[in-house]
Amino acid sequence: MDLSAINPVLLIASLMVAATPLLLAGIGELVVEKSGVLNLGVEGMMITGAISGFAIAVETGSPWLGFLAAAAGGALLSLLFVLLTQVALANQVASGLALTLFGLGLSALMGQGYVGIKPPQIGRLDIPVLSDMPVIGPILFGHDPILYLGIAIVAGVWALLKYTRAGLILRAVGESHDAAHALGYKVVRIRTLSILFGGACAGLGGAYISLVRVPQWTEGMTAGVGWIALALVVFASWKPWRVMLGAYLFGGITVLQLNLQAAGVAIPVEYLAMSPYLITILVLVILSKDKSSAPASLGRIFHASR
Amino acid sequence: MIVLEKRPQPSRFWSYATPVAAVLATMVFGGLLFAALGKNPAVAIGTIFWDPLFGEFAFYYRPQILVKGAPLVLIAIGLSLGFRAGIWNIGAEGQYIMGAIAGAGVGLAFYPLEAWYIFPLMVLGGALGGWAWAMIPAVLKVRFGTNEILVSLMLVYVAEQLLASMSLGLMRNPEGHGFPGSRNLQQYESAHNGELIAGSGMHWGVAAAFIAVIFAYVLLNRHMLGFHIRLTGEAPRAARFAGVRPSRLILFCLGVSGALAGLAGLFEVAGPAGQITIDFNIGYGFTAIIVAFLGRLHPVGILLAGGLMALTYIGGEIAQGNLGLPAAAIQVFQGMLLFFLLALDILTNYRIRPRKSEVA
Repeated sequence: MDLSAINPVLLIASLMVAATPLLLAGIGELVVEKSGVLNLGVEGMMITGAISGFAIAVETGSPWLGFLAAAAGGALLSLLFVLLTQVALANQVASGLALTLFGLGLSALMGQGYVGIKPPQIGRLDIPVLSDMPVIGPILFGHDPILYLGIAIVAGVWALLKYTRAGLILRAVGESHDAAHALGYKVVRIRTLSILFGGACAGLGGAYISLVRVPQWTEGMTAGVGWIALALVVFASWKPWRVMLGAYLFGGITVLQLNLQAAGVAIPVEYLAMSPYLITILVLVILSKDKSSAPASLGRIFHASR
Repeated sequence: MIVLEKRPQPSRFWSYATPVAAVLATMVFGGLLFAALGKNPAVAIGTIFWDPLFGEFAFYYRPQILVKGAPLVLIAIGLSLGFRAGIWNIGAEGQYIMGAIAGAGVGLAFYPLEAWYIFPLMVLGGALGGWAWAMIPAVLKVRFGTNEILVSLMLVYVAEQLLASMSLGLMRNPEGHGFPGSRNLQQYESAHNGELIAGSGMHWGVAAAFIAVIFAYVLLNRHMLGFHIRLTGEAPRAARFAGVRPSRLILFCLGVSGALAGLAGLFEVAGPAGQITIDFNIGYGFTAIIVAFLGRLHPVGILLAGGLMALTYIGGEIAQGNLGLPAAAIQVFQGMLLFFLLALDILTNYRIRPRKSEVA
């Protein structure tokens, strides 16, 4: 065992990369849940985004178009969730599960010709002086643009929810859809837009795994990241910056775990690979006492009787 | 314009008709999917639904329906109890794995002793393994209010890692020339869950599935506990006034579904699968969720739905061989079924009416 082989600067830099899929999916789901909808289909939307992004990036040679396609793919799949829960008024838990099962199958079907191919790489930020600075350079200025986009989305969502009228309406719909409806807000329309936004974010997160983090396509490659993102929203008590904090925490655990595997720690690989899931459970247990911050209408079906 | 009007009571007709309509809609849209993949849709649908039952090699495929259907029904029966009460165990896949590991562990511990009591002990071990794994989300929910959906699902990934570790380490066959995987229980007389009647596909897991259906039916229709489960799902407030203790219900529902999933895993590992391997689990725990909903959370419905879903598995395999239909296409097909089911369910609870014109 050689722990000195783990370089802390590289560790932090790769932690940020590992955290970005979680961050993107988590912030999307946060908006969805803030509007009072529980979409358990994050895993399905992520994996669909992962393959749509991968396929388009390979076909066109442009990772940018890939990410665009991933967002579109995730949003398109979430449209099915809209149809089920907002139009057909189906149970949200069951519909979310359906979305995940369907997404896993669909992505496997779409990805058949893409196993073992290398996707085009997205360039890294390279600012002459800043990116070459010893410690700060690789951590703050040496990443790909999507990573920064993720952080920008978090800031945007935070500002939207806290300072704008649209954010206030979104929260009102999530807290009490009946009251919001009585005030004349279009509950279904607002929720539809939120769900689509969540789908697009999840799709981006999935594509980040297949295009940047791994980068390759394998069936079921999201391996539960979508579910961890759901837990992350609970962990964050529905607060945007805490989603980021949580994502970096989980990213850190994932990267550390991989580094320990590489360093040859005496713990078997399988037990190290379990750790992110076990820690998710542990965090859920610690934080589940406080449910006060959950949107009051979360998961409830809205039907305007008149 | 049309409006939805909530029915005072769910429609009896539509509650029976929606699963059938959903299957038909899935066949139509599945056919379109197969056509898009360049296969003749009529032939593909026929291969999936007709050939296993009445085709040339039906004598071989019919028993397979029991083999594939049994774990699905066994797991779905357990899940349906919780789903009715709003307790969402979606980690049956993990409980299935743990049941298999625990049950096979008991059997392997006795190897090479031959005795009549080994298989019953393995069954007990399998049920306990699944039960214990389901008790983790149950106890956490009762004690700390933790979300059982996320915990039970996280434990699936943990169980998969444990399965890998077992088949590479502790349970690896010492005479297996270093290949991963345990000893084959099919070659160990006392531990083998063989066919009860040769060539019928009937093994102890199938028997257990039928027994579970009967027990669930009696429980839900003739027993106080079953009434409490239904009451909690349909009117949680009324249930509390009626003296239902939610925490006991959570422990019961998750415990039973875990034990049944564990049993399914044990019967699979001791029978059709034969050994603990890295890729032992093939998603029965997730497909069982579709089965539970397709059967409308009713024991008899689940029995029928399990049969149908087993049919798509076997028909899918045939279509894979004969038509080159990708395995993933069947997965999409099954997912589609759940979509249509949930979407069409609106007809059960709502009436669709044209909007009345305003009175001038």
